[in-house]
Amino acid sequence: MIVMKNICKTYKVARRNAGFKEAARSFFRRETETVTALDHVSFTIHDGETVGYIGPNGAGKSTTVKILSGILTPDSGECLVDGRVPWKNRIRHVAQIGVVFGQRSQLWWDVPVIDSFELLRDIYSIPSDTYRANLDEMTELLGLSEILRTPTRQLSLGQRMRCELAASLLHSPKILFLDEPTIGLDAVSKIAVREFIVKRNHAHGTTVILTTHDMQDIEAITRRIILIGKGKILLDGGLDELRRGGEDIDHTVAELYRSYEI
Amino acid sequence: MEKTKKISGTKLYRRYLSIHVRSVMQYKASFWMTTVGQFLTSLNMLLGVYFMFRRFGSVKGYTFSEVLLCSSIMLMEYSLGECIARGFDTFPAMVRKGGFDRVMTRPRSAVLQVLGSNIELTRVGRMAMAVVMFVYGISHSGVHWNVGRVVTVIFMLIGGTALFCGIFLIYAALCFYTLDGLEFMNILTDGAREYGKYPVNLYGKRMLQFCTFAVPYALVQYYPLTYLIGRSDNLFTMFLPLLATVFLIPCYLLWRVGLRHYQSSGS
Repeated sequence: MIVMKNICKTYKVARRNAGFKEAARSFFRRETETVTALDHVSFTIHDGETVGYIGPNGAGKSTTVKILSGILTPDSGECLVDGRVPWKNRIRHVAQIGVVFGQRSQLWWDVPVIDSFELLRDIYSIPSDTYRANLDEMTELLGLSEILRTPTRQLSLGQRMRCELAASLLHSPKILFLDEPTIGLDAVSKIAVREFIVKRNHAHGTTVILTTHDMQDIEAITRRIILIGKGKILLDGGLDELRRGGEDIDHTVAELYRSYEI
Repeated sequence: MEKTKKISGTKLYRRYLSIHVRSVMQYKASFWMTTVGQFLTSLNMLLGVYFMFRRFGSVKGYTFSEVLLCSSIMLMEYSLGECIARGFDTFPAMVRKGGFDRVMTRPRSAVLQVLGSNIELTRVGRMAMAVVMFVYGISHSGVHWNVGRVVTVIFMLIGGTALFCGIFLIYAALCFYTLDGLEFMNILTDGAREYGKYPVNLYGKRMLQFCTFAVPYALVQYYPLTYLIGRSDNLFTMFLPLLATVFLIPCYLLWRVGLRHYQSSGS
């Protein structure tokens, strides 16, 4: 279970006007501005839920994911993930979660995918029978048998993303964070990724937290939506309640953004 | 999951090393060219010392082969340090590209993972040049080798490698604040390699004090060297290089403070 209570996080951002003179001036005296990324964010997510975490760019989605995955420490507030404080018991915490960043690879670039998987097995100290079982299951579901022996740098984006998903699930995490997992993928790969996530959730009860701008992802994978804008939670509810009779999901969300002026 | 035993840090490091060896083998030509390049670049160092001595005969009582012994050991320490701690040297890029976020989401110590992220095998080129210089130095310096002196060289290599790793660690730790590389730190790494060709007492008393108490180069270079070439019988100097490893403690503490300060870079 994930509990976030009144989490706040601010960043300092350097600001200056355009031009060389301004650049020179800011070299000596930097003006910084405090930007609020998260403003009293609270929510609870139960085991086995699938949650779509949506909002426009810069709303605080990534910051939330980074706090939940132990990368960042919030300024204030409480957060417990299965009884652990992510940033305090980092090592114990991250052994139980999986994280996929759609824009960044976690595989080693120059070696075949299977070598990356084996190194991950060692990093996470995965028992060999668990590793074997997970690898076999994912090889089958994601169709990896052809590509496991290819170096990462020679994979297409769609192939790579399937490997990324597998890599983040080798240690059987209870919670899976997906940060824009379908960005840039073609239709076939998108559907493969979505179906796989749904299957994993059904078969293993893995909690899935998904951030994306692709509303079809939300529709295919999640049952619940949390909408964040300007660092505040604006809406938290079931996907079906949001939609009023037959309207398509993109319009529903666009309508939401407009009504909250974000 | 939690019942299973964690594999040890050294074993995991060996696995990282194995990945790097496998990656390097993908680019054979590039590896050999860089290695040969490193070897030839280091030739500079030898030539610098050589011409200096051809002009002056001896420098503050040190002979050519004695200085060669000193500079080759320094070069070995530096190459080993750079090979091992290259991950810290390239840490600014890792932070900027967001690779460090990935490190944070894996259940091992950040230091171990950053070390494992980059192991620079092409430094064997530099190492090879150092060995050539070292062998020449040994054969011409007339040092009487005994167990004590062999052990001293080993201690120097351990202490010096640790010292350079420590400096690279400081470099990485400062990057948590600046999110960028700090070129001035190169004085302590490349600079030390260049000036460390000669025993540091050559540069005066102030410099010797700085290199004893602030950044302890002298502990791995000047003091044990005097024992090595028979200028001092003080057995104590033999163990001074090991004392230099203590330098790693403040470096590590600085890293810990920096880590707490970490702000990941965008999404």
